[in-house]
Amino acid sequence: MAVLHSAPKITSNEGVAAALSGALGDMLLAAKEEHGEIVLTVKRGSIESALRLLRDDHEYQQLMEMAGADYPDRAERFEVVYMLLSLTKNHRVMVKVSTDEASSVPTVTTLWPNAGWLEREVFDMYGVLFAGNSDLRRILTDYGFEGHPFRKDFPLTGYNELRYSEEEKRVVYEPVELAQDLRQFDFMSPWEGAEYVLPGDEKAAATADGGEKS
Amino acid sequence: MTLQLEQSPTTGDEVINNYTINFGPQHPAAHGVLRMVMELDGEIIERIDPHVGLLHRGTEKLIEQKTYLQALPYFDRLDYCSPLCQEHSYVLAIEKLLNVEVPQRAQYLRVLFAELTRISNHMLNIGAHVMDVGAMTPNLWVFELREDCMNFFERASGARMHSAWFRPGGVHQDVPLKLLDDIGEWVDNRLPELFGDAMSLVTDNRIFKQRNVDIAIVSKEDAIAWGFSGPMIRAAGVPWDLRKSQPYDVYAKMDFEIPVGTNSDCYDRFMVRVNEVYQSAKIIKQCLAEMPEGPIASDDRKVSPPKRGEMKQSMEALIHHFKLYTEGFHVPAGEVYVGTESPKGEFGVYLVSDGSNKPYRCKIRPTAFSHLQAMDFMSKGHMLPDATAILGAIDVVFGECDR
Repeated sequence: MAVLHSAPKITSNEGVAAALSGALGDMLLAAKEEHGEIVLTVKRGSIESALRLLRDDHEYQQLMEMAGADYPDRAERFEVVYMLLSLTKNHRVMVKVSTDEASSVPTVTTLWPNAGWLEREVFDMYGVLFAGNSDLRRILTDYGFEGHPFRKDFPLTGYNELRYSEEEKRVVYEPVELAQDLRQFDFMSPWEGAEYVLPGDEKAAATADGGEKS
Repeated sequence: MTLQLEQSPTTGDEVINNYTINFGPQHPAAHGVLRMVMELDGEIIERIDPHVGLLHRGTEKLIEQKTYLQALPYFDRLDYCSPLCQEHSYVLAIEKLLNVEVPQRAQYLRVLFAELTRISNHMLNIGAHVMDVGAMTPNLWVFELREDCMNFFERASGARMHSAWFRPGGVHQDVPLKLLDDIGEWVDNRLPELFGDAMSLVTDNRIFKQRNVDIAIVSKEDAIAWGFSGPMIRAAGVPWDLRKSQPYDVYAKMDFEIPVGTNSDCYDRFMVRVNEVYQSAKIIKQCLAEMPEGPIASDDRKVSPPKRGEMKQSMEALIHHFKLYTEGFHVPAGEVYVGTESPKGEFGVYLVSDGSNKPYRCKIRPTAFSHLQAMDFMSKGHMLPDATAILGAIDVVFGECDR
């Protein structure tokens, strides 16, 4: 497909995915190239050695970003994505591992010192554990916060709210009370995959069932 | 009693223990709500533990609940000193997923306003940095220039700060005719005059140099390992600028230079920013000279809305408008990471789409995260007042850091 957009242009991806897949060998689970992005999925246990290989032998010197993502339908619901940047080759790749609440991902603080806070953020937001990170505290949420807010099953409104109480002369925490329900507008067209039954449609389903029986 | 005195290493002096102080959460030199737990030996900093997140608003979670277009204004509110540059990453990420073509004029307008934003951001940072180390006047002067930039944004988009003017497929509206002339006039006359005056007070100032030269030296290797970007990595002598190395929009056509530092201290970071202002002015001039006439948004009606006049004539245009502002557009499934050169460094957006009208996941890479994390090793062994100079040279804004 011809590239029409004007997003940042990096060195050509041609052959890179194949070369990196070959180098990673059996650490690699999947490699794909979509929308001009190379995404390498590696085994959870070997993420540290995979990234070390990419850093030392393939010139991806910088870890720019780590992102968590939650896919509740999968057996291993969390993904941790590492964005690597090569200053010398002027190229970017993404490396992924998947994990769940119980199993931990090896830390990469041994490779990049700035991975510390990035791992803390993924832990804070998703509850992904990083084995070997000596400072895995919460980072963005409040002191004493419970839960992992970016999980898909965490409500947008949260569970607690705080306010300054004039009587007690301090900030108090209370369960969230909404004056009206949180409004979630669904603008999807009903014929394009709405998740609810349109009023009246339940009758159509009933007759269809009836038709089958007779 | 005598035994104790003999054991003391500094006989006759009081034994001073390390003590811990809180820098912030509310401190004028913290540039926002930053709490730093500092361990001091006298006035020497031994260790710093920055506590961020006091301004965390869950932007990324909120974006997941909104359509792509509704999520755009959140980006203005991240780094509120350089709103348009944050939008730039986001719209480019959407365009990359959609693979939509942006007309030339829109690309020029985006680059023009991104550079104006860079100037307005650097005005704030340069002014604040100078004030952090004790000078008052330059800050007042460069704020005049910032005010001018704000007026330009207002004339283009109607809003001084939260413009929401970059849109997927182009920009929201064309600029008023006289605006481009006024910007040209401003860049030619007012900016160099006022900025030059203000900098003449600072750059060779003895006190300013005493406070900044040789403070927080970071080697090239450390800067790379800690994930530095923007002026922080350029001050370390690495000529790395995404506008040059990974050009987006019409940056490939722009003729500008990358200022780099030699000593990698706070003074170099400051001077890199000062020089970047002149380079931005150069880009703005080139944009104004080369900007073609033409449409300012994609003509793909599934992405960008039709003109108001068209809607009065055509039923189809009306339907497109209605659909775009209720349901929004659907973005093909996939994931992209787009990083652009914001005034503070690499501002990245990792966008995951599941094919619906809302982002499945939108991770924002704040520039401040890796810089602030390095605060501990940069400040070690420096004096307490140097912490403000180091923080000023990082250029941190907490709207973006905490998201």
